[in-house]
Amino acid sequence: MNNLWLTFKKGLVEENPVFVLALSLCPALAVTASVITSLTMGLSVMFVITANNMVVSLSRKIVNPKVRVPVYITSIATIVTVVQLSLQAFAPALYKALGIYLALIVVFAIILARAEVFASKNKVIPSMVDGLGMGAGFCLALVIIGCIRELLGNGSLLGIPIIGDWYDPALIFILPAGGFMLIGYMVAGWKMWTTHMEKKKAERGEA
Amino acid sequence: MAEEKINKELFNVSISPHIRSKESISKIMWTVNITLLPAALFGAYYFGLNALMVMVVGVLSAVLFEYLVQKIRKKPITIADGSAVLTGLLLTMCLPPTLPPYMAAVGSFIAIVIAKHAMGGLGQNIFNPAHIGRAALMVSWPVAMTTWSSMTTSIDVVSAATPLNMLKQQGYGALIDTFGSAGNMYQAMFLGFRNGSIGETCTVLLILGGLFLIYKGYVNWQVPVIMIATVAVGTWAFGGLKEFGTLFSGDPIFHMMAGGLIIGAFFMATDMVTIPITKKGQIIFALGAGILTVLIRLKGGYPEGVCYAILLMNCLTPLIDRFVQPKKFGVRG
Repeated sequence: MNNLWLTFKKGLVEENPVFVLALSLCPALAVTASVITSLTMGLSVMFVITANNMVVSLSRKIVNPKVRVPVYITSIATIVTVVQLSLQAFAPALYKALGIYLALIVVFAIILARAEVFASKNKVIPSMVDGLGMGAGFCLALVIIGCIRELLGNGSLLGIPIIGDWYDPALIFILPAGGFMLIGYMVAGWKMWTTHMEKKKAERGEA
Repeated sequence: MAEEKINKELFNVSISPHIRSKESISKIMWTVNITLLPAALFGAYYFGLNALMVMVVGVLSAVLFEYLVQKIRKKPITIADGSAVLTGLLLTMCLPPTLPPYMAAVGSFIAIVIAKHAMGGLGQNIFNPAHIGRAALMVSWPVAMTTWSSMTTSIDVVSAATPLNMLKQQGYGALIDTFGSAGNMYQAMFLGFRNGSIGETCTVLLILGGLFLIYKGYVNWQVPVIMIATVAVGTWAFGGLKEFGTLFSGDPIFHMMAGGLIIGAFFMATDMVTIPITKKGQIIFALGAGILTVLIRLKGGYPEGVCYAILLMNCLTPLIDRFVQPKKFGVRG
């Protein structure tokens, strides 16, 4: 049980897909101009990555290693299609807002990486937990970026105006340039934070 | 006894450089600051209190951010060398006089923290920090950055547009009308009695400052001359195409003095950090910046393109440096 918790936790902080592994930065830039699209994208990826990890883990003994990548891609594409069709049916506005990036989940590096690195070597339950952890980490990163960008670039959160009229929103945060800068500084900040935590842990371990 | 006659310094073994210039960073930076000051003061006098506030806030915040960043990075504090003051001054001289002063502080933050220190500090930045600050403000608050003070340009014409704005939106004829005649317009633009950014209007003071820098040897004369000449030739050849339909019908004198070209060519394009090292490289740089300025002014969506032209050439600087690398002496190939 403890092992599973560790597997889940590492995706959140120390191996965070966006801030530490620096995978799937393209969607982290493209859909994070508002919180709601960030959240939708994060949850979609979380679902896809978990489901795909389970499929890959289940089939790891029957698939010939030579053809594993096409098999992964087929499985990812199937799951993404499910997500896409359900979003289109139940949340057409969000589906429109995410546009091409929803379909592009198929080629997100983080999903293939987890299938290759973790799911193809582990049992179903750990693979599922790993997918949940990595998905949650991705979702967390996207929501943090989305919150900052929407708050500073539009003065609102989830579409509700938070900052009063006195604030003149800085459009740069909505534009890609601001996203790039923000992610850069977030990566640096994340690194500072994790190093600090590790140092503390080491000190405590010695004491 | 013979030993005493020998110059001790000749026996002093040390590594190069042996011959040192008397110049130092702080001396150069403060000199540039002082050469900019007349034009800045003119802007403060001509555009009024808010323009002065923008400049004061911009400079002070630039120094403050420099201090804070160096404190955080645990580097020696070098706010006294004038480079932060220069960045703040150059940035605010390129801002509209009606801008809320806190935006100048945001621009200084971007210039000092993001464009300068995130790249490694003084001498390491790829882009001109002041222009990055301006470009970031331009995309952040496009409305505030393109709102100019309204003023009387001719006897009874009140206008809130810069000359380049007017040229882009209303054409050359309307531009001449607001000033009365072409001669009046040249005179107003030469002396600085026109609308525009705080520090860019007074052509004569900027040129005097620039000439002083060339005289001191801080600036190669080729850079400003070639950049301005390129713009002049380009606008003369293609500037009148839309309106008069013929080549060589543009107004080069207007274009040379309009917008931020003078301050850009003398003070921004010559920034020692962000231009190529060799003279040949600097000439290519100036030529490219001039061509890009003409392209943006005549074909682009913005009325003014000096800022972006210089930034675009900044990112080509390493490439130009490689391209014009001098041959090593005695090495084949």
